[in-house]
Amino acid sequence: MKRIEEKPMLERRSFLKISLLAGGGVMFGLTAEHQAVAQGRGAPQVAPDPHNFIKVAPDGTVTILAKNPEVGQGVKTMLPMLIADELDVDWKQCKIEQAPFDESKYNMQSAGGSTATPVNFMPMRQVGAAGRALFIAAAAKTWSVPESECTTSSGRVMHQGKSLSYGELTAKVAELPAPNLATLKLKDPSEYKIIGHSQTQIDLHDIVTGKPIFAIDMKLPGMLHASFERCPVLGGRVVSANLDDIRKLPGVKQAFVVKGPDVQGIPTSYPALVDGVAILADTWWQAQQARRALKVQWDEGAAAAGSSTAFAQKAAELSKQPPQRTLRNDGDVDAAFKNAAKVVEAAYSYPFISHAPLEPQGATARFENSKMEIWTNSQQPGSGRRQVAQILGIPQDDVVLHMVRGGGGFGRRLTNDYMIEAAAIAKQAGVPVKLLWSREDDMEHDYYRPGGFQYLKAGLDASGKIVAWQNHFISYGEGENFVASGALQPFEFPQRFVPNYALHSSVQPLGLRTGALRAPTSNAIAFVIHSFLDELAQAAGKDAVDFRMDLLNQAPAVPAGGSAPPGVNAERMKGVLQLAAEKSGWGKKTYPKGTAMGIGFHFSHQGYFAEVAEVTVTSTGANSHKVKVNKVWIAADVGSQIINPSGADNICQGGVIDGMSELMNQKITIEKGRVQQTNFHQHGMMRMAQAPPEIEVHYLKTAYGPTGLGEPALPPILPAVANAIFNASGKRVRSLPFSDSGFSWA
Amino acid sequence: MAFKLNVNGRTSTVDAPADMPLLWALRDILDLRGTKYGCGIGQCGACTVHLAGQPVRACITTLEMVKDRPITTLEGLSPDGTHPVQIAWQEIDVAQCGYCQGGQMMSAAALLVRNPKPSDRDIDTALNGNLCRCGTYLRIRAAVHKAAELAGAGTTTRSAGAGALRDRE
Repeated sequence: MKRIEEKPMLERRSFLKISLLAGGGVMFGLTAEHQAVAQGRGAPQVAPDPHNFIKVAPDGTVTILAKNPEVGQGVKTMLPMLIADELDVDWKQCKIEQAPFDESKYNMQSAGGSTATPVNFMPMRQVGAAGRALFIAAAAKTWSVPESECTTSSGRVMHQGKSLSYGELTAKVAELPAPNLATLKLKDPSEYKIIGHSQTQIDLHDIVTGKPIFAIDMKLPGMLHASFERCPVLGGRVVSANLDDIRKLPGVKQAFVVKGPDVQGIPTSYPALVDGVAILADTWWQAQQARRALKVQWDEGAAAAGSSTAFAQKAAELSKQPPQRTLRNDGDVDAAFKNAAKVVEAAYSYPFISHAPLEPQGATARFENSKMEIWTNSQQPGSGRRQVAQILGIPQDDVVLHMVRGGGGFGRRLTNDYMIEAAAIAKQAGVPVKLLWSREDDMEHDYYRPGGFQYLKAGLDASGKIVAWQNHFISYGEGENFVASGALQPFEFPQRFVPNYALHSSVQPLGLRTGALRAPTSNAIAFVIHSFLDELAQAAGKDAVDFRMDLLNQAPAVPAGGSAPPGVNAERMKGVLQLAAEKSGWGKKTYPKGTAMGIGFHFSHQGYFAEVAEVTVTSTGANSHKVKVNKVWIAADVGSQIINPSGADNICQGGVIDGMSELMNQKITIEKGRVQQTNFHQHGMMRMAQAPPEIEVHYLKTAYGPTGLGEPALPPILPAVANAIFNASGKRVRSLPFSDSGFSWA
Repeated sequence: MAFKLNVNGRTSTVDAPADMPLLWALRDILDLRGTKYGCGIGQCGACTVHLAGQPVRACITTLEMVKDRPITTLEGLSPDGTHPVQIAWQEIDVAQCGYCQGGQMMSAAALLVRNPKPSDRDIDTALNGNLCRCGTYLRIRAAVHKAAELAGAGTTTRSAGAGALRDRE
């Protein structure tokens, strides 16, 4: 079976459905038996009967439905561009609307894993092409001419000087049999008029005029504003609360306890709904004010012993003991270390961090006539809907979701805890409720990027080649189970590129919820691997780019007819490494003392990225170093086609800035089971004056199917900046964030 | 308590506690939801509005502090998106999630009134209190220059690297 990245998914069997809509328009849709594979997220998704993407009104207005949740990744613009181009209409005559949530019609509707492009590039184009074929058929029938003699342009069908608009044909189209998608002719890329051409974000006008389009902006008649107090220790239970006092406070309409499922001990995975106290008021601020007077007696449970200091001590102990498990063992690392000319060891670590999308968590819910209706910015609404039904004990068909724009996602909205809370509160309250988390709630009750420790050892032969690589990875979990996003893949780079390779792991219990943060696992591993690779290059006395190129050249050939191994495709990675080196002028520039370049690359979510950072480090004391990132060069291979260049550049540059925030300032710590950081002043993100003035983005077009950009631009920037800092200052920092080692942005 | 608020040229009476932040009076009472909540402690700037022309954080500005000073929110720049800052933000295709952009635009609009030809450094200083979680800072900088240009002020130091709206194979 070929990987998605090698070839975009094709429908096995599909045909077009048409239905007449109220208002005289026609809807087209794709019906497909669809093996949708969300790369990195497990089981295939089956969507039995998707439909309804395009509506053409008699006046020629084309409405295209965007099926996936929009959280700033630009998918509400990008997916309809694919449809519009193949439909052969002008982008400016299109109106884009968010599709309703209905996975039986639209296939998987989620935002995660940079999957929207590889999963939808082909089917969305087929939807558009099928629409075009129908208008041609309707026109050909009208004129009694062969379809093959008709052409289209800008939403019109033409034949020898005659022409009809799609709007004029829309009623006739409804009577036609559906074309077989498998026989449709798709445009050659040279014919694209919309794909590959920058289009501004679809909601931009609403954003700049302040329209209430975000989840936080929802408003329902009779709605109350809810604030929800959770136990500061995960898994804690409400014993009692001074609810009567709270109910008397200004603006407060209701106050009650919400019970979550019971928690025993320290499980690897916690329930989505936790115990807490809901306060409902006329305004959210009044609910928050009342919360200040709230006194809850908690039974904190087993996680109350959690401590970052203790976790680090335990990890250090575990590193000295035999690993609990071996995840991969190629060759014989011990023998290779004995024969190595040089052995290098280093211990790396990275902390828990919070997603902190700028729009805090929240959802609006109404329980009426046994039906639960929810307005949500979830990145994974389908999973949320199933959980709401299960936790509230109502049939899934009675849970209706509306997808609303999210103010950032970054993986935080893949978990649906806040939406489940809103539903539980609304059901108990008997009135429509808008739940909003405070920033403090958000930072203290996240599904954090798990911290971790990696004890690395590598052997070099006399020529400076890596002959052995060993990693004792220390994470969180129990037995063979890692906490969410707390695992390392056995085929993680440089597995397969080093003849003797061992990945061992040990875990300790956590008592904190963890989850996917933009480029999960990769956001930490790239820093570790490429910092260590630079240490090895230095030990080998080689240039950082040459050393990596040599390593990539060590990939064993894939046997003819054999399936490609998982992980890095060496040729593609060499391509972006070369491009990044070329564009940045690697090795060709002379800098004053304190200024230098650094490089890193990473493969994640099907994207190949190499990045170079140029930094200036100014030390004002032994433990005070100011870092300015002067410029960043991004080289990306995400296949044959960039669909919306403006959106693509934007998200690549944003990924780089996001990664730099993680590198420098972000850390969540726990003591007595409580998260100690409360707001942005303790979990810093990069500000405008700190951002590099220039971030160049270069795409290497290759013959592979187009893949996504939400995640893979982020990971390499951490080691690129870390290595540049070392090259500029001689200071090798092996623990994130760098602020703990006396560094800060200039 | 009853407060008379002059918002975007219209006067409304708001019955709310004196210590209620302006942000919540705008959002939950006056239905002006373009002003966003991000942190509640003046750290992120998503709630930036103009108070007598000065950019302030509405999340830490109480109703009592407003007094009789006129308030301008994002909706008050122009309802149809024709303020130079709004046009520039659209032309440069600044936003990713868009949640912070109202606050960014209010800081930018206030800057351009007092400094019609801002340099990159001027922009960085004026907008440094506005966080963008998506990291659109290069485009924001370019859009402020663009807005200055549109407002007839011309530009001085131009931002490089934003690369907005270029077509590529």
